[in-house]
Amino acid sequence: MPATLQSFVAQGAQMFFVLAIAPAVTGITRKVKARLMRRRGPSIFQPYRDLLKLVRKESVLAPNATWFFRSAPYMIFAFTWVAAALVPTLASGLMFNWAADVVALVALIGAARALLALAAMDAGTAFGGIGSSREMMIASLAEPASLLVALTIAFAAGTTRLPEVAQFLITQPLEIRVSFALAFVALVIVAMAENARIPVDNPATHLELTMVHEAMVLEYSGRHLAMIEAAGHLKLTLYISLIICLFLPFGMAPFDGSADAWAIGIGSYLAKLVLAAVALGVWEVSIAKMRVFRVSEFLGGAFTFAFLAILLEFLSREVQR
Amino acid sequence: MTGAGWQLQALFVALAIYAGAALAAVFLPRHRLGFVYAASAAAASLAIAADISAFFNEVVLKEQLPVGLPGVGLHIRLDGLSAFFGFIVNVGVLMASIYGAGIKRADLSKRIEPLYPAFCAAMNAVLLADDAFGFLFFWELMSLSSWALVVSRHDDPDNRKAGYVYLLMAAGGTMALLFAFGGLAGASGGYAFDTMRASHLTPLVSALVLGAALFGAGSKAGIMPLHAWLPLAHPAAPSHVSALMSGVMTKVAIYALIRVVFDLLGDPQWWWSLPFILLGAGSAVGALLYAVQDQDLKRLLAYSTIENVGIIFAGVGLAIAFKSSNIPPAAGIALAAALIHALNHSWFKSLLFLGAGAVLHSTGTKQLDRLGGLIHRMPKTSAFWLIGALAISALPPLNGFVSEWLLFQAVLTGPVFPEPILRFLSPVLGAMLALAAGLAAACFVRAYGTVFLGRPRSPEAANAHEAPFAQTLAIGLLAVLCILGGLFGGLTAFALNPLLVEYAGAAAAINTQTGPTPFSLIAFDQGRAIYDAPTIAFFVAVSAFATMAAIHLFASKKTRRSPAWDCGFPDPSPATQYTASSYSQPLRRVYGGVVYSSTETVDMPPPGSLREGHFHIRFSDYIWRFLYVMPANALWSLSERFDLIHYLTIRRYLVLMFSTLIVLLVITATFM
Amino acid sequence: MTNAYDVAHFLAGMMLVCSFTLLYQDRILAVLNTFAVQAIMLSLAVAWQGYVRNAPDLFITAAMAFGLKGIIIPVALNRMVEKLGIKRDVDQVVNVGVAMFLGLGLTSLALLLVLKVTPGAASFTREGLALALAIILLGLLQMILRRNAVTQIVGFMSIENGLILAATGARGMPLVVEVSVAFSVLIALFVFAVFLFRIRERFDSVDVESLDKVRAARAHR
Repeated sequence: MPATLQSFVAQGAQMFFVLAIAPAVTGITRKVKARLMRRRGPSIFQPYRDLLKLVRKESVLAPNATWFFRSAPYMIFAFTWVAAALVPTLASGLMFNWAADVVALVALIGAARALLALAAMDAGTAFGGIGSSREMMIASLAEPASLLVALTIAFAAGTTRLPEVAQFLITQPLEIRVSFALAFVALVIVAMAENARIPVDNPATHLELTMVHEAMVLEYSGRHLAMIEAAGHLKLTLYISLIICLFLPFGMAPFDGSADAWAIGIGSYLAKLVLAAVALGVWEVSIAKMRVFRVSEFLGGAFTFAFLAILLEFLSREVQR
Repeated sequence: MTGAGWQLQALFVALAIYAGAALAAVFLPRHRLGFVYAASAAAASLAIAADISAFFNEVVLKEQLPVGLPGVGLHIRLDGLSAFFGFIVNVGVLMASIYGAGIKRADLSKRIEPLYPAFCAAMNAVLLADDAFGFLFFWELMSLSSWALVVSRHDDPDNRKAGYVYLLMAAGGTMALLFAFGGLAGASGGYAFDTMRASHLTPLVSALVLGAALFGAGSKAGIMPLHAWLPLAHPAAPSHVSALMSGVMTKVAIYALIRVVFDLLGDPQWWWSLPFILLGAGSAVGALLYAVQDQDLKRLLAYSTIENVGIIFAGVGLAIAFKSSNIPPAAGIALAAALIHALNHSWFKSLLFLGAGAVLHSTGTKQLDRLGGLIHRMPKTSAFWLIGALAISALPPLNGFVSEWLLFQAVLTGPVFPEPILRFLSPVLGAMLALAAGLAAACFVRAYGTVFLGRPRSPEAANAHEAPFAQTLAIGLLAVLCILGGLFGGLTAFALNPLLVEYAGAAAAINTQTGPTPFSLIAFDQGRAIYDAPTIAFFVAVSAFATMAAIHLFASKKTRRSPAWDCGFPDPSPATQYTASSYSQPLRRVYGGVVYSSTETVDMPPPGSLREGHFHIRFSDYIWRFLYVMPANALWSLSERFDLIHYLTIRRYLVLMFSTLIVLLVITATFM
Repeated sequence: MTNAYDVAHFLAGMMLVCSFTLLYQDRILAVLNTFAVQAIMLSLAVAWQGYVRNAPDLFITAAMAFGLKGIIIPVALNRMVEKLGIKRDVDQVVNVGVAMFLGLGLTSLALLLVLKVTPGAASFTREGLALALAIILLGLLQMILRRNAVTQIVGFMSIENGLILAATGARGMPLVVEVSVAFSVLIALFVFAVFLFRIRERFDSVDVESLDKVRAARAHR
């Protein structure tokens, strides 16, 4: 098999692999939450069934909804999927990884978010506006924090390309880096905000005044809702993969590695993914949701941590220069 | 005109067409004035062709015209930098002229048409001037003609105030530039730019020149805190002139700064970059915090111009810092970011202003809270404005992101600075730019959402109609430029290489030829950073369409209309929608208390009372209060006090003169 | 050697993070816990220095920091809070965002300043001094921004943490000085405690602004 074809197949396989497992990650989190609340909870495959059900249903549109409202879900899904394809998961150095770096990745997620926030305004209802305005407020704080995390990593690794970063971390001798720890905490907070998880937002509520993400998608139904839900699952997996890639890339296979290396890569990636999903579930049941205006302080904390990470990285470079 | 290449001659012809149109417009009756736009468009097209050819052939054309000061003449020079900015100016002029052709004559004051081509000509001429006299003359012509356009509707007191503030700031700015050129000319008094290039200045003089140039050109570009006139004046002009002022004239100011700092002033010191970086980052965030609160569509766009000028300043500052630290590739990338952002901003800001003009024309209002739902009645304008809004929010794969990406790459190179302060400032700058990007997205989602999406909030918005063909054509062409500029940003950056080599000393900092596809934008080298817009766009488009097709084919494509769900309480009144002010409330809560000490007071009637409730938001503009109003008041009271001098007796006047004489004598005695 | 540096950097960095948490946190008990964590980090940092530099006297400092500020003072303050019945109080003067922003600015200032004045010194010293100065400035900031007397005390104590970190980073204080500083801190705690209960008796609150009102009233008299 020629090299380009092989890499094309590998890339395609990785994209569909991520798409295929994303709902299960959400499913695991929900299951863990339910068990911890002493409920049995739905099967971890319930998100797949939900998606299938939604796709088959007819779509109900508000009288005021336009072409933008109808096309946005597909665009949101596509942006998220392409962003997810940029993150090395099983193996680094996949074909698509070269197309953009982490700055572009953050911007792609931003594009999906802006489209969703716009679509929320299209039906002309009060809730769409609530969700949209809160989402953009949260994003305006989360985006700088995530870019600062990227900056920290780039300072250390000397590149903004994710496969390169992962490679750098794998080859680096294991050392304690407080700046990475802080950046990790900051990115985890950002991930919780971006994925509308507790304590920033509650993915399980339709309680009017606390909704952010759910308020935006309130008018969506049928296949459009399915697309947005799928994008949500993908985004969660994307962030977990990003955290794995930036902080715990160990075990990731090089692209041209042997079958054994790939097996290790797949195994360790899945194990880390499941672990993260379980941790998220445990975290969500053990903490209460914040008031919307506390969120800014929470994310301000993430921003502070990310900035401190850079300062400390700067300091340790400076004194060891 | 011997020796000049055809490009320069073509530009002279274009200038002549502009001038002729301006003159003719003075004498023609109102209904014939439409030809001004045709003439301007023709002149702009000619100039675009000349600028492109001059840029790609890397020509440097010089000419000395026997006009202007006796014995000195007027030096003219067309080089890569002039040609690049000339391209920005003339594309803006072309689009604004196409748009202008669609304006109904009755809607416009007769004063506009003679001034419009004069303004265009002045901007072109500033770029060509190669001596201080010519530069300042055309600069002043540009200022005055744009001022006259701002006050063309002088029956509105707001416009008069805008014009007054603008005139003051423009006069101060020109004065500062005069000082800058005076310093550059030095004791020898050589006012031609060639003499200035050759001369060497002491560090003190160069610092003073830099300060004066920053004030002069910075106030025209609208950098904070010299921006006060901009959000007043830019929206006050007719929309196509607003587009030119915001999209193009600010770029002429950027050109002046680049010309002075990178060309005339000699080798940069590292600390020159500090004012650029600090003012740029401050403006980028500060202006957006105002934009995100504003209720007026055009003023919001003007604030966003300040933000974008801030980003360009940050790029220029980084370029200076890298150049002085002798890191040419990074200097090249930073300068490329600044130049490409100047180009991109001229496109999307012109688009947004022209679109806002179409909205204003169609509904008669630019208040966000009176608009809404225009996507139903102005489908083309809405679609194009969406592209502009996404582009200005720096979202891929549109053009705004290309320059943003390059700038981030330059910021990421920060750790290699030899100067600790710069090493430390680069992450701060990165954070500020990221914050600005987040706020810009919030600002334009809010603007687009309230103006074009949702349901109409007033009868005017409900009865809107699509803009005339010429106007949608201009807006649409700009939207196409935004898309192409985004997809082929790599090529634009690559084309800039000669300029980068000349001004940043960077040999091929931007390398597109080694990438996986010919369109990849690569900073430094391939292993470092890469962004391939066409690939990304292709994959996004393919996966979106494939998913849609798959779902429509294999699952369901049935659709039904039914009342909005809205959590079970749909309300037929559009007043229940989120308004622009409610949209900005979370952001106001987060940033407002500190930045502009916004206070909200809620006046709720007691239970049972039928009185209306009230909700007030109060802002305080610190910059305006402390940097403008307080000095103005101080000046006023000082002048009142000195006014008394007019009413002295003759004896006292004699005392004054006598004491002056004595003081002068004493000074002479001590120091001579 | 790099490894030794890494651990020192980690511990000192965590102390700085604790300082920020102290600034961020507005619930009193959480503030006390964070303070205890900071003190423990300090004792670990000092012990690590003792181990690396083979200086046994630093272990005594570490033990004192651990016992006194990691356990005794937090427990004492905890009981005080319990007695005063202000367990659930929330206390913040300016908004958190501004506090964080000021804190980041002060930290940056401290780092730049120390790095500028100590170009020749060893990396341990520069690092320790830079972070210690940052912690001291943050402690001062906390004392300025807080209204509640207990959180102000914590601010004061965290300044002292910074001082010890600085001293260890440089050459280590003589033990006598060290011990006397520790005791003065303890005495300060007693003074604060007595003082606190007096304010409480008098004004039924530990909000120090009520003191200002008294002073203002006196001034007018």
